[in-house]
Amino acid sequence: MASPGDTVHSLQELRRSASLATKVFVQRDYSDGTTCQFQTKFPPELESRIERQLFEETVKTLNGFYAEAEKIGGSSYLEGCLACATAYFIFLCMETHYEKVLKKISKYIQEQNEKIYAPRGLLLTDPLERGMRVHAVLL
Amino acid sequence: MKDCEYRQIPPGAAAPGPAASPPPPAPERPGETPRPRRKWEVFPGRNRFYCGGRVMLAGHGGVFALTLGLILTTSGLFFAFDCPFLARHLTLAIPIIAAVLFFFVISCLLQTSCRDPGILPRATPSEAADLEKRIDAMGTSTYRLPARTMEVVINKYVVKLKYCYTCKMFRPPRTSHCSVCDNCVERFDHHCPWVGNCVGKRNYRYFYAFILSLSFLTAFIFACVVTHLTLRFHTYLVASNLTTNEDIKGSWSNKRGSEFVNPYSHKSILTNCCAVLCGPFHPSLIDRRGFVQPDVGTPASPKSEIPSFGAKPDTSMVGGVP
Repeated sequence: MASPGDTVHSLQELRRSASLATKVFVQRDYSDGTTCQFQTKFPPELESRIERQLFEETVKTLNGFYAEAEKIGGSSYLEGCLACATAYFIFLCMETHYEKVLKKISKYIQEQNEKIYAPRGLLLTDPLERGMRVHAVLL
Repeated sequence: MKDCEYRQIPPGAAAPGPAASPPPPAPERPGETPRPRRKWEVFPGRNRFYCGGRVMLAGHGGVFALTLGLILTTSGLFFAFDCPFLARHLTLAIPIIAAVLFFFVISCLLQTSCRDPGILPRATPSEAADLEKRIDAMGTSTYRLPARTMEVVINKYVVKLKYCYTCKMFRPPRTSHCSVCDNCVERFDHHCPWVGNCVGKRNYRYFYAFILSLSFLTAFIFACVVTHLTLRFHTYLVASNLTTNEDIKGSWSNKRGSEFVNPYSHKSILTNCCAVLCGPFHPSLIDRRGFVQPDVGTPASPKSEIPSFGAKPDTSMVGGVP
């Protein structure tokens, strides 16, 4: 794929392919149904790079955020009924609860990256970029 | 072709972190770097995008146009012909209710059709490669088989996840690949040609609201049309002091000349209405609770009076009918 002619381009390609080779994917955990949860199992590839506890803490916090986003209860019923009453036009001027939580999640991931992952040469990506199927840790 | 399209996603999708993402609305300068393409422009599924990717429709929009046309035509005819009459003669609530229902139906239909039904983006090459590695590690027994499956336990039930060869991933539970749109759709219900989109996780509630409100609208319009018909017809009968029987038989229709008119008419619409609707309340003549008495031959008994009384209008009417 990397063309030898364009130097800048090939460098980028190189970096990209290098990052491709060293990605760790954390898979979804379907044991509670289709709610968005990720496996807290520690991937063996990260053994020497980060403390198990820190990583599990991050995944658990993320799972907590997703559980909050997908919680079915009074507020979600209220949101649904309100939206229905306005023929679903309210979302033109209002964010959904899920979107608000997603913003919190991306903020949290950025924060974690700055505090924990980047100093160890790792990078956590937002699951939203990967269809919520996996979240990747770049080595 | 498909592979080529498939490979075009990663540059945007795989851009890691906030720092490396290119600014999307970069100004286009001819000759230099090409304009950054949006993801919808290289979307691998069979969808059509409008308004810069804000609106999406499934590939074949013909039946959807038919649905929209039918709803618009029916409602348009109703608003043009039935509503004015019913608003004038019955209540103003009818056009208001119909308008609210119509607005709701159209809104729900458009949101069902133009929303992403819950499409799962295809796996990036790195993710697909990682999956291949894991499948290899899992053992060769399921590897080269045409149908790769993975078993997961959901609430103590074992569920098989199928591998999607198009999207290069194991389909999450309740996800199915729509053959019309060529996408994996979460909580896939069905592909509905009438709304021109898949019905899935993200638009099922709009779909449900659509079919529910549409059935209400249909029933409402039907009821209004029926009311309109009976109301208009019987109002005419009352105003001209006719019976349905006479009207259908054409007893007093002025086919043979203008002087041949309804002899029971009071010559004024208002008086006719008053006579029919606000006339005297007539007593029952059959005396249901009375005791049967032997027919002694008294001519004043009401029983013997009825036939002679009833015969007169009958004969006059027979005479009137040609």
